[in-house]
Amino acid sequence: MAVLRTFLYLLVYPGLIFLFVYSTFCEWFDRKVYARLQNRMGPTHTGRFGLLQPIADFLKLLAKEDVVPEAADKRLFSVLPAIGLAVVATAGLLLPVWNFDLARPGWTSFPGDIIVILYLLSLPTLILFLAAWSSTNLFSTIGGSRVLTMLFGYEVPLFLAVLSPAILADSWRLAEIAAFYQARPLLLLPNLLGFFVALIAVQAKLERTPFDIPHAETEIVGGTFTEYSGKKLALFRLTFDVELVVASGLLAAVFMGGFPGGAVIGFAHFVVKTLVVIFLLSLIRALTARIRVDQVISFSWKVLAPLAVIQLLAIILLKGFLS
Amino acid sequence: MSFQIPIGPQHPALKEPISLRMTVEGEVITDADIRLGYNHRGLEKLAEERTWIQNIYLTERICGICSHSHATCYVQGVEKLMELTPPRRGLYIRYLVSELERVHSHLLWLGVAGHEAGFDSFFMYTWRDREIVMDLLEMISGNRVHYAINTLGGVRRDLDEGQKSKILEGVATLRKRSEYYFRIGATEPSFVARIAGVGMLSKERAIALCAVGPVLRASGVARDVRKEDPCAVYDELDFNIGTADSCDVLGRVVVRVKELLESYKMIEQMVKGLPDGDIVAKAPRKAKPGETVSRYEAPRGENIHYIQANGSDKPERLKVRAPTLANYPATVEMLRKGFIADIPLIFAAIDPCICCAERTVTLVSARSGEESVVRMSDLRRRALARSGNAPVKGNAVWPF
Repeated sequence: MAVLRTFLYLLVYPGLIFLFVYSTFCEWFDRKVYARLQNRMGPTHTGRFGLLQPIADFLKLLAKEDVVPEAADKRLFSVLPAIGLAVVATAGLLLPVWNFDLARPGWTSFPGDIIVILYLLSLPTLILFLAAWSSTNLFSTIGGSRVLTMLFGYEVPLFLAVLSPAILADSWRLAEIAAFYQARPLLLLPNLLGFFVALIAVQAKLERTPFDIPHAETEIVGGTFTEYSGKKLALFRLTFDVELVVASGLLAAVFMGGFPGGAVIGFAHFVVKTLVVIFLLSLIRALTARIRVDQVISFSWKVLAPLAVIQLLAIILLKGFLS
Repeated sequence: MSFQIPIGPQHPALKEPISLRMTVEGEVITDADIRLGYNHRGLEKLAEERTWIQNIYLTERICGICSHSHATCYVQGVEKLMELTPPRRGLYIRYLVSELERVHSHLLWLGVAGHEAGFDSFFMYTWRDREIVMDLLEMISGNRVHYAINTLGGVRRDLDEGQKSKILEGVATLRKRSEYYFRIGATEPSFVARIAGVGMLSKERAIALCAVGPVLRASGVARDVRKEDPCAVYDELDFNIGTADSCDVLGRVVVRVKELLESYKMIEQMVKGLPDGDIVAKAPRKAKPGETVSRYEAPRGENIHYIQANGSDKPERLKVRAPTLANYPATVEMLRKGFIADIPLIFAAIDPCICCAERTVTLVSARSGEESVVRMSDLRRRALARSGNAPVKGNAVWPF
């Protein structure tokens, strides 16, 4: 039974099948919201309401010609998309959806898993940099340097913002943090500032407008992805979709009280809460212009980081006041 | 580390082929070089083999956006040569289409500026509203892009009362929307952060480098052919020249939106004050020998046509100086010391129409970099030799 449960967990929910289906749904949702905000229709043709469009795009890319540049480091260039997808899918397993026991930590839910998930979500950035660097294209190289430059901007505010609810809940375990806020929903309010800081940092991590600088089409063509095509590009796109789901799941678990009620009701919680986060991310995407990479750094360190520190101090004071 | 990045001839920021070679150090541009000649079509030579009437439709095809500008500029010149005075109703309709074209061109540019800055929502909205003016142009002329409304001595189509009220209606909607875009373009923080202080061109440099149109006016020089050399109807209209003093891309956005609002004013005046009478005067088939220069304020700046007649029904020489060509020297100046991220914005801010500006090609040997001038017959001989020696091409093979 335990073996079956493990397989169910790894392959079905929240494993590969669920992540694939749900991330394509989230991409559809994001595209639809973005399109409606721009007075467009968005995907309409493939499947009902165009729901199958992201899957169709994925399959189409799989069938396309796959070119590896002569000068590229071929092994690294080819293996990186798969590693990226594996890393974010692993991060997805750590989300506290149903396979956890509050009393007994297991291998998917243990003290410190919030650090591990943040670490796993940072890895794709480094993979993108390596991918850009190994493809040796001039535009990719510029894109790669932009990826790393941006990383130094948003990563610290993201960590500070995500860790402050954990400090209030007095736990480094996602399931326990969620359970703490389920018991005391009012305590979610002091974390609101941190939520918005984390939201903007996640937007930057996912390289969406206004932070789509590493692959700014009108400046450096495809940026990091200039040389990628076919299957490898499909995997990279899927990586970003899965990362969108995992990052919004992380925000929902930490700032929105997690997903209570076991597998079924918890699933409904998961869908609603992640879609709320994705909706906010789509709003930011539609309402802003792309900023410059130096503006990202100054914005992160002059606005986001101080706000995250204020949040952290407020939480520490609040904790002292409560106890 | 200093290296060169090739923006173009094929690049997503460019809608037409041109080569910008940027020498960059990290993210900062240290030098810029513009290379032309990828879209040369030999229009001027072609014009010498067409009659005066046929050339109207040829000059209209110099540009796909400001098509009416080139046709009007040409027609103005030929009418001067033929000593022809078009009826006032014809002139009003001609310049009404000019102003509508300016509206569509500036709305298009606003959208492109938004897209270059990654602000796609702005792009989608402005292009949606551009459809209103495109529909108006289609209603007036029957065409959306090449209106073909000009003819020697007037215009080819008249306006009726229903069309007049539709134009007024459309312009009222557009004015409301343009005021909204003015607010967004000048206040949205992430957009303003990208365009304020970018692509600086001081007033002195703008004049020294012969910049024209909105680029010049955004540097605080109120120069506009419609005001300085008012032809036909413009001296009867009440309008101002939109200028800005910020000398950057933000200023160019502001100038263009101001011009939109001025154009709406002019369109309303022209529709309401449309005189009665004929729309066209009969034009002779031939023009007396002579030469003339015709100036016209196109959406992108001052457009100049030089026309020489030899007494036949064909021009001896037609020389076109499109506004984009006049703005290239200023562009190189603006690009220096900017960021890589600013390249598309600065370049788009002159509203480049590359095929308009392509008047010549230089032959450069790819191996030695040596430039040479070659006669047409020699080019033809080389092409034949090349195709004769080329290996036989096989049919494309399906990869699976």
